Parts: sequence; structure tokens; C-alpha cells
Amino acid sequence: MINRLTQMFAHFILLLGVLLMVIPIWLAFTSSTHDNVTLITEGMQWYPGPLFIENYDEVLNEKGGFSEEITATGMLINSFIMGLGIATLKVIISMMAAYSLVYFRFRLATPIFWFIFITLLVPLEVRIFPSYKIVSDIGLTNSYTGLVLPLVASATAVFFFRQFYKSVPDELLESAKLDGANSWRFFIDFLVPLSKTMIAAMFIFMFVFGYSQYLWPLLMTTDEKYWTVVMGMKLIYVELYEGVSLPRVGQRFAYIILSIIPPVLIVVLLQRWFIKGLIQTEK
Amino acid sequence: MKKVQFKSKYTQYIFLAPTLIIISIFLYLPIVQTFRDAFTTQDAFGFGRFFAGWDNFKFVLSDPSYLVALKFTFIYIFVITVISCSLGLLLAVQANKVIHGKSAYKTLLIWPYAIAPAVVGVTAQYFFSERFGILYALFNSLWGFDWTANIFDAYIYLFIAGSWKQISANFIFFLAGLQTIQKSVIEASLIDCRSSLRRFWTITFPLLMPTTFFLVIINITYGFFDTFGIIDTTTIGAPSGETKTLVYKAYIDGFRGLDLGAAGAQSIIMMLLVLIITIIQFRYIERRIHYN
Repeated sequence: MINRLTQMFAHFILLLGVLLMVIPIWLAFTSSTHDNVTLITEGMQWYPGPLFIENYDEVLNEKGGFSEEITATGMLINSFIMGLGIATLKVIISMMAAYSLVYFRFRLATPIFWFIFITLLVPLEVRIFPSYKIVSDIGLTNSYTGLVLPLVASATAVFFFRQFYKSVPDELLESAKLDGANSWRFFIDFLVPLSKTMIAAMFIFMFVFGYSQYLWPLLMTTDEKYWTVVMGMKLIYVELYEGVSLPRVGQRFAYIILSIIPPVLIVVLLQRWFIKGLIQTEK
Repeated sequence: MKKVQFKSKYTQYIFLAPTLIIISIFLYLPIVQTFRDAFTTQDAFGFGRFFAGWDNFKFVLSDPSYLVALKFTFIYIFVITVISCSLGLLLAVQANKVIHGKSAYKTLLIWPYAIAPAVVGVTAQYFFSERFGILYALFNSLWGFDWTANIFDAYIYLFIAGSWKQISANFIFFLAGLQTIQKSVIEASLIDCRSSLRRFWTITFPLLMPTTFFLVIINITYGFFDTFGIIDTTTIGAPSGETKTLVYKAYIDGFRGLDLGAAGAQSIIMMLLVLIITIIQFRYIERRIHYN
């Protein structure tokens, strides 16, 4: 009896939680399928309307921005490149650095450890103007390299991989050495396959991090070809508010929904690995 | 550290090189630049650079609006952490308990984690707009809510926008933490203690301390840095600058005034704040944690 009550209570709380998470986005979605007159006179809509294809087609294919050079499709591609670039690079170089710090005995290990870890104190937002200056001095503004590299410079992933490697039993290296594996072989043949879930978790983490960037692309990209979908959120329909009599609310909602889809898909589809990876780091 | 390790003259540096090079160029160089900016002033034409001592810091700290931003940042971080941590924990505990539909709940609660803060902000803007806003209309009918005029209402607006997706992030980590607790511990506690609420506070919660501690830090850095996108798409500091965080203010000041000295000083103050948080993390909280 008591057990059934606690189960019902749990379902009740979880349903409330799900509603809290789903309702805002549901409303954004349903509103994205209505015409602007309805939206402006009646407010946000609870049920889907007739303009799904029209609104989404318009957002995906119509050129926006100040010089009318970019479509939401282009911005989605840019965001994808940015997220993918940051995630891939960060996972690879962080694994290598953590490997070196855990599996090699050398005198500079401790100073280098601190040199890397102190960077946790200075996220990009804190050093934003000097970073911008350096990136523009090198000539990387308005480029994918400029969007990606400065965000790869941080220690979070090194930290996670280091924790993970430390939990790997010593016997693994001992037996690998008996088999005659050198440091490269051990890394590629033993450690990388062993870190699969951890790699997946870090990759999702970093992809979402890269895709979500707002301030850096805002500062970095003056050329609209490099606009990302998150930074363009506020900019893409700006000029239309002045020129056209009706604000394009339906299209804005469609834009919001489109920008949410890629990272949400990745997290939902890969959630098993994501949670597994997190459990591994806990140890 | 490992008992068995490799020894080599240079291989370890090859593995470290990419990280070290990128960090040096894109992190240490800007930091050095920040310090140089903070302790110097440039004349209006950009010809000369003079040592300024602590002048830039005095200038920043004597600005009343800086103290307003400092206060707001702390309130904001605190409230977001409390709301999203407690709701995330509540949901994770229930999701861990439930027998049917576990994975469906998990999926439905996890996905908002992936939404960018700026996107949350733009969406929230519609819920709180005078013309469309469902929440604006609701709160307005309850107590005359108007975030453009009332500081408290602007706070509420930002608390909701700031905590929403973070609940989901906390949920994920708490759930992962709960799954690491061994079944035998839970079974033993079932015999010893019949009240499930007491069982939670005396057994489960202490075992979750490492996760909680990690999440507090995650939430603090989120509130400190990632909320930029939310503020820039919602209140933009409204009613009149009371809802700017330190990061937002540093950016706006740097951009508008192009006073690099003041921007540099603000950056260094922020680094110090993060440093203090990190030290508290290591010295104070970690001592009280039970690791399994």
C-alpha cells in the first residue's frame, strides 16, 4: 500500500517536471505554425495551425541579416561545424594531454599540470577583448578556425580524462608492457578503446558547449557568411521590425525550434553513452 | 599517481604539445594582455601607454553601478543554484524510484539541457512580453507584474529563464550519481530505517555529496558566465541596469566605452572571484564530503 503511494507520488512529481520542460517548447512549436495576424491579435497558440510548411520553408530558405546573405540553413551548418570542430579537437588533444600527465614519469609533470589547470579560472568571457585582439591580429576573424580554436583552449576535458585514466587499473599497463607495447601502442590499442563511453560523453558535452556559443561568434563574425544560428537569433529579423508592419512572430518561433533540434537530437539519441560516461567519471 | 609509468625523453611532450600550444596562444597571451591593460592607461589617441598602478581598479570599484552588478551576480547565482539543484535532485530521486516508464521520463527530462542559453532567453522573451506573454499576463493579473519598471519582477523573469534548462543539467548529474550508489547500501538501509525521508537524508544524500559539490561549482560557473546569452536576449539590464551580471557589464562597458583599462581591471576582479570560489571548493566543502 505504502509502496503504491510512493510510486504514485513519484509519477506525479515526474509528470509535473515533464510538463515544466515540455510546455514552453510545445507552445513555441504550435505558435510557429500560425500566421502572424493570429499570433499578434490572440497571442501564443496551444494547438498546431495550418502554416507549418510555409513558415519553416520561409525560415530555411529566405535570406536574412543586414546584407541578406545568409539563410537559417547556412547558419545551422555553421553552428554544426563549430560544435563538431570544438568537440572533435577538444576530445583528441585533451585525451593526449591527460595521457601524458597520468602515464608518464617526468619532472615537469606537476608544473605543467598547474599550467593547464589554472586555465579553469579564466573562461573565454573573462578574457574576451584581449582574445578578440589576438585572434584578429593573427587574421582569424570571420573564419571557422577563429570560431573554434579559442574555445578549444580550456582544461575541462583534460580534467575529466585525467580522472578517468586514474581509475584504470595499473594491471592494464603492466600486461601491455609484457606484450611489448610502447607508449603509442598502449594509447591507441588499449586506452582509446577503453575510453569509448567517456569519449562519447565528452563529445556530447563539448558539442552542446560549442553549438551554444553566443558571445564569441557575436564578436568574431562581421561577415554574415559565418553567422551561427544561436548568435543570429537576435539579429536575423531585426531589420524587418522596422520595415514591415507586422513583426514576423511565427517565423521567429520556427527559427527557435529549428535551432533547438540538432543538439537536442544528439543528446537524446546518445543519452545512454552520455550517462554511462558520467557514471565512469564519478568513481 | 600510477605505480607503473612510461619513461621517455620527449614522447610525453609530443602528447602535451597541442594543448600547450593552444593554451599559450589563446589563453595565456590574452591573460598577459589583460594584466597589461589593467595596470596601464592609454591616452585618447592610442599613442602612449602609461603605468597606472591601481587607478583602473579604484575607478571600477568606486563606480556604484559596478557594485549593483556585483550584488545582482551573487543573488542570481545563488537563486539559480538553489532552484535548479533542488528541483533537479527531486526529479532524479523520483526517476530513480519509479518502476514503470523510467527511460521515458529520463528522455523527456534530459533534452532541455541541450538548448543554448541565448535560445532559452529568446523564447522566454515571448513568455514575458507584454503583448504575447502567457506568464506576463498571469503574473500581471496576480500582482501587477511589470519587469520593465519593477526590479523584483525583472529578477523573477531572469530567475525563471536562468533556472529552467539548468534543472535538466542537474537532473542528469544527480541521476548518474544515484546510479553509482551500490544496491547493497540501499538494501541495508531499508532494513535499518523505515522512514524513506529519513533514509534519504541520512544515507542517500551524504553519498551524493561529491555530485552535489560538483554541481554547485557547475551552477556557479553557469550563473557567472553562461547567463550572458540570457540577459542579452531578455532584460538587457532592465529596469535600469539592475539586472546586469559582472560579465555582461564588463562586455557592455568595454564595447561602449572602449576603456580597455577598466575592462581589464574588471576581468582581473572576476578572475579573483573565480579563484576564491575554487579555493573554497577545495578547502572547505571537500572536507565534508563522503567519498565511497
